[in-house]
Parts: sequence; C-alpha cells; structure tokens
Amino acid sequence: MNFTNFGRYILLLRAAFKRPEKTKIYMKAIFQQMNFIGVGSLGLISIISTFIGAVMTLQIAFQLVSDFIPKTIIGSVNRDSSILELSPTISAIVLAGKIGSAISSEIGTMRVSEQIDALEIMGINAPGYLILPKIIAGITMVPVLVIISMVLSITGGYLGGTLSGAVAPAEYIQGITTDFNPFTIAVALVKAFVFGFIITSVPAYEGFYVKGGALEVAQASTRAVVVSCISILACDYIVTQLML
Amino acid sequence: MIEIKDIHKSFGDNDVLKGISGKFEPGITNLIIGGSGSGKTTLLKCMIGLHHPEKGNVEYDGRDFTQLNTEERIEIRKEIGMLFQGSALFDSMTVEENIMFPLNMFTDQSRSEKLDRVNFCLERVNLEGKNKLFPAELSGGMKKRVGIARAIAMNPKYLFCDEPNSGLDPKTSIVIDELIKEITEEYNTTTIVVTHDMNSVMGIGDYIMFLHQGKKFWEGSNKEIAKTDIEELNDFVFASRFMKAAKDKF
Repeated sequence: MNFTNFGRYILLLRAAFKRPEKTKIYMKAIFQQMNFIGVGSLGLISIISTFIGAVMTLQIAFQLVSDFIPKTIIGSVNRDSSILELSPTISAIVLAGKIGSAISSEIGTMRVSEQIDALEIMGINAPGYLILPKIIAGITMVPVLVIISMVLSITGGYLGGTLSGAVAPAEYIQGITTDFNPFTIAVALVKAFVFGFIITSVPAYEGFYVKGGALEVAQASTRAVVVSCISILACDYIVTQLML
Repeated sequence: MIEIKDIHKSFGDNDVLKGISGKFEPGITNLIIGGSGSGKTTLLKCMIGLHHPEKGNVEYDGRDFTQLNTEERIEIRKEIGMLFQGSALFDSMTVEENIMFPLNMFTDQSRSEKLDRVNFCLERVNLEGKNKLFPAELSGGMKKRVGIARAIAMNPKYLFCDEPNSGLDPKTSIVIDELIKEITEEYNTTTIVVTHDMNSVMGIGDYIMFLHQGKKFWEGSNKEIAKTDIEELNDFVFASRFMKAAKDKF
C-alpha cells in the first residue's frame, strides 16, 4: 500500500465513520456481519486452534528432552505461545483469507455492477452503509474468536500431549496453571482488536475502489488478503513491542 | 427543471465533454443521444454527481449542484430516481426489499405503509406479486422494471435512465419506453434518458440532445430529427438500412 493508497484508505475510513442515516438499519447490518464473521468462522478457528495446540505440545516435548527441565514447562510454553502469538496471529491470518476475500469480492462486485453508485444516487453514504457494520463486527467478533481459540489451543495441547504420552495430564495442568500472567490476555485482546480492524477495513478498501470487471474483482480480492496478512504481521510486531 | 451550463470533463488528456449546455424541462421525456464514446453517459454522471466536471454548472430548479456541500447534495439526491444500464439491483435483497430500501432509509413510515407503496410501485410496472423473487430469478426486462419501481418509490422530482433498453428485445424496449413516458407525464418529473436506441428516439423523444465528439451538435424533437440535413446526425440516426428506407419513404 503506497502513500496515495494509504491516503485514500484514511479518507474512506473517515467517510465510513460518518453518522449513520438510520441507526436501526445499521444495527441490523452489524448483527448480520457479526453472524457471518463470528459464527461463520467458529468451526474453522476451532479445528485450526485445536490442532495447532496439539502439534505445539508435541514439538515442545520433542525439543525439551532433558532431565534438568521439568515437563510442566511444556504446558507453560504452550499456554504463553497460544495466548500471546498463535491464537491471535494465526487466527487473524486465517480470517484474513476467509473473511477478507469475501468482503473484498462482495464490495468489489457491488462496485462493478453499479450497486454502490445506486446507493450514492439514493443519497446514502455508501462507505458507511457497506463498511462500518463490517468493521464493528470485526473488532467485536475477532477478539471473541481469539478467546475461543486460546481455550481450544490449550485444550488441544492437553489432548495431543496426553494421548501421545509426551506429557502426563497432571504435569500439563500444573504447567498451564503455574506463573500465569493475566496481562498476556490483555496483550492478545489488543492484538485481536487491531487485527479485527485490519481484516475488515483493508479488504473493504480494496473492494470499494475496484475498476473493471470479474478479473479486477478477483485481483482485488487477492491483493486484499496479501495486504491484510502483511499488515497483521507488522501490527503484531508493533503491539508486542509496545506492550511487552 | 434541470439546466446544465458549459460542462467540461476530461480523463487525462482525453477531453470527453467540451462545454455542453442545455435545459431539460419537467413533464416531457428528454433524451441524450450520441454514438459510443460521444460522452452521453459521462454527461449523465456529471449531472448526478458521480463525476465532477472541471468546469460548468448543473442546476436543479435553480440549486447549483456543483457548488453544494455533501449534506446539501444528499438532500437533492433524495429527489432523484435512477435507472441504471444494468439495473443495479441489490443482489442479496428480494424485489420487495430492493424497492423498500430507500423508504427504510429515509422515511418513518410503518411497515404496512411501506408495503403498500412497494405494491403500488410493482403494480405500476406490471410486476404484481413478484415481491419475494431475487434479482437472479428475473429476466432482463423484469429487472429494468424493478429498477424503475425502485427509482419511483420515493416519488422523485428527477428521473435519470441510463440506456434503459440495452439488452432488451424490441417489444420489451417499447414497454419500458412507454412506462418511462407515462411516469414522466403522470408525476411531472424531469426525466432524462441516455440512449442510442432509435425506436426510443422516435417513440418518446419530446426533446432530444445529440452529442458528437463531446459537444452538443443538435437539439430538437423527434418530429424535427427526421427532417434534419445535418450529416453527422443523419449518419447516426439513419445508420441502419431500415431507418434509411423509412426516411426516404417519409
């Protein structure tokens, strides 16, 4: 995203955050988007988080083979890695692919089929009506999904570790409950909030300014996912640096 | 009434509109015609604010649209109905929801009042009972008629139609043309139709503005267009053998 694009992105967001024409209609759109982003992504996030947690446990157990290191450390490392990095970031990247491409292609198709022009001719603030509900749904539902992902990742670690015999159930539970710092949850939620904003606003921008036809909509969709993923990783670093 | 004064618009080095002026009166069907690339759709988009002209004014009953701020423009846009070339119906909404959409956004009517208005508009375009269909389930002509129904839902003072007959068979084209003319006369709207369909020109062209190479080349009525000697206009209007034969006979 070069400076011109960044400027247009900011202007689009400014237009999106203008006062809604009718709050009731916007609220309905927000709940629809919350359903799409939150409930619609729950299955995917659950599967990915559970398996990542399980694999993490096995890999930590494989790498920490020493009589001097207690096995409870497996649970601790898995817990902190899941909460601080894996759940927010991996979830966000997966959601950027699933939700980002859907948002970009939906808005892009509306642009090329003149539906956005129709909204503007009616006197409706098109960025507000199309983008604001998506952003609000993103910044509320992505943190919820990340919390669910944390729980499932730690649970997956338990299942993976105990079923394979890499760690005893009591050791794992002792590991995840020892020296727990609740601030890590706050860091993860800040990340989730930022990622939720990126996942919805960047694809909306890419879709909103599409020119052309089906090919350009597809290209915008790909660009939306790529730019979202890079932005997520950059913001991940910035938030981590600022908060830890 | 809509008045345009000295409209200029270019895209890069390409001067699309080179100083177009004209008046469009209410209660009659105003047509903007011209060949592909003559600037008629660009002119329409300048008039409704989707393009910003570099120079010139667009006045809606004396209110200069080009000089207004966003809020004032929105107020004028609430008085505009627009039929798009591809209908531009919202895919995810039913016919009923499409027509009800502007009513939901800008009125405080009860649901039954809005439903009455939707049914009235559907009846007006001969699509009674099609409320629950989605745009994907409609034919091209039906989509245009739903587009007209949505455009008139708010009782617009100004009605714009961009190529209303494109992609339609001749019979359906006549139905759409007659519908536009009826609505214009019935509600005294200022109607502007961009077209290159000669049946429309001859059938409903009360006032016709002919654009050629970004300039207004000719203006008059459908009765006058048949008698004109202007070569560029004749080349456009009587391009087909059928029209040429009709003119010779006339």
